[in-house]
Amino acid sequence: MKFLVFLEDHEGRLQKDSLGVLSKAASLGGEVEGVVLGSEIEGLAAEAGRFGAQRVHVLDDVLLGAPLPQPRVDALENLLRDRGFDAVLFAASVLSADVAAGLAARLDAGLNYDLADLVVEDGKLVGKRPALGDSVYADVGWTSEPCLALVRSGTFEPAESGGSAEVETFESRLQDFSLAATMVERAHEESEGPSIEDADVIVAGGRGLGGPENFALVEELAKALGGAVAATRAVVDAGWYPYAAQVGQTGKTVSPKLYVAVGISGAIQHKVGMQGSGLIVAINKDPNAPIFEYADLGVVGDLHEIVPKLTELVRARKAA
Amino acid sequence: MKIAVCAKYVPEATAARRIDPQTKRLDRSGEGALNPFDVNAVEEALKLGEAAGADDGEVVIVSLGPERALDAMRRALAMGADRIVLVADEAAAGSDLVATSRILAAALERESPDLVLFGQQADDADGAVLWAAVADRLQRPLISQVADLTLEDGKVRGKRQTEYGYDVIDAPLPAVVAVSDAINEPRYPSLKGIMGAKKKPQETLSLADLGVPADEAGEAGSRTTVQALSDPPARGDTVKIEDDGSGAEKILEFLQERKAL
Repeated sequence: MKFLVFLEDHEGRLQKDSLGVLSKAASLGGEVEGVVLGSEIEGLAAEAGRFGAQRVHVLDDVLLGAPLPQPRVDALENLLRDRGFDAVLFAASVLSADVAAGLAARLDAGLNYDLADLVVEDGKLVGKRPALGDSVYADVGWTSEPCLALVRSGTFEPAESGGSAEVETFESRLQDFSLAATMVERAHEESEGPSIEDADVIVAGGRGLGGPENFALVEELAKALGGAVAATRAVVDAGWYPYAAQVGQTGKTVSPKLYVAVGISGAIQHKVGMQGSGLIVAINKDPNAPIFEYADLGVVGDLHEIVPKLTELVRARKAA
Repeated sequence: MKIAVCAKYVPEATAARRIDPQTKRLDRSGEGALNPFDVNAVEEALKLGEAAGADDGEVVIVSLGPERALDAMRRALAMGADRIVLVADEAAAGSDLVATSRILAAALERESPDLVLFGQQADDADGAVLWAAVADRLQRPLISQVADLTLEDGKVRGKRQTEYGYDVIDAPLPAVVAVSDAINEPRYPSLKGIMGAKKKPQETLSLADLGVPADEAGEAGSRTTVQALSDPPARGDTVKIEDDGSGAEKILEFLQERKAL
């Protein structure tokens, strides 16, 4: 098979997940090529060679400076029509999900998303797509070419193969409607204090806390356990807690030894950021919350009762 | 100002979900509801309409689903939306992204709204990609993952959350915007709203009404297939208990047993 991997860049680096997908494609065999679309991105293509790309297509255009999806659809459409690929692989992100879906419509090509694995069976690509809160895996296929695949974030680790890629630049016309949306401002907070990515213990709070003032409950428990505090996307967007603490698909991916989820329903966008945790304990008043399907211990109850009590018990136990 | 909200009919959150082993599709025979993430999009449409204050403002719900979806979609009318356009056609069942985006785009073109809104994801399939396909078919600018949205001088400004923080993006109207579920707290329908909902216009369209050939919809118009179902890789046992007053003690015991303290 001939694969094209969409390589996303951020601040002069190729994004780790897209290098992971590149390594996976290389392990499936066949021809593996990458594509980098952006502005002032020379140098990135060579990096892709070390992770398994035999050739990297580069479009360096000031109009691609902002990470917006629609002009990237135009560029990929042109590259695919010129060069032909059996499959185009994307590592899920805010940007690449929009690029992949736009490309699917443009080419009338099938897109399977949220894939947890990729295999080649009888010369055909098959994706593994978790469903119903990951309780079932569906084997999904394509009836069109190219096959478009969007891989769940954090699925494949980059593996250095030490190769080098041939770099080819290309040009593409960008459509007017694709350039209509413009980036006004990029407000990226710098994280302060110890990173949650390095913590052994994390206590995370979600909307079930009821209000920003109740994050004190989470902070107290984290302190007692010697851990860091994390938050879900919903409470970060609502302004209850800083973005730097956000775990999930848009946010950090963490794998502490212990993850305590307080008032978190555990929808998929949160799960992909913490499913690698050693032990997961969940406290939530809704017995149907998805988090109970993958928490090692789930307690259905009022977090306002349980969390302060647990904090005291942990303190007493540590003092003993 | 005309705003269209794309809304999905999904199985009730409390209903047990299963995949039909024959069709390999989600069993949708039970009770259904308006996708909870789309309720935020309805609320945002109503808020934008109210802020604009124009008398000729309109919020229309556009959906693809079975005929009985109308009952669930009426919740949006009770909240304050003006009418529903439901594409209900057996030939559309089983549509994937390519086919669904084609049908929705055809329904939206017929309405030609100034703004198309989507919710953050589908509650049943965890899908979060449809808006980009629809925006491409409509050839309109797109802003997704929007946590804050304003409308002025013929353009929308959205605050988009990404892996790296927040971006502020402008798009001229007509545009497509997908909002996050943290963008607002949806209102509850008033009694008056609920009473009035049934009388509001509710139109059901077939694929033929939209000029979409049957072989470009449903499984025939789809480009992806489900071949088989299997068990996921094993994860350890999960235990769920009800708190009877000893929940905190049980957690402590568990952490001690697993040497997590």
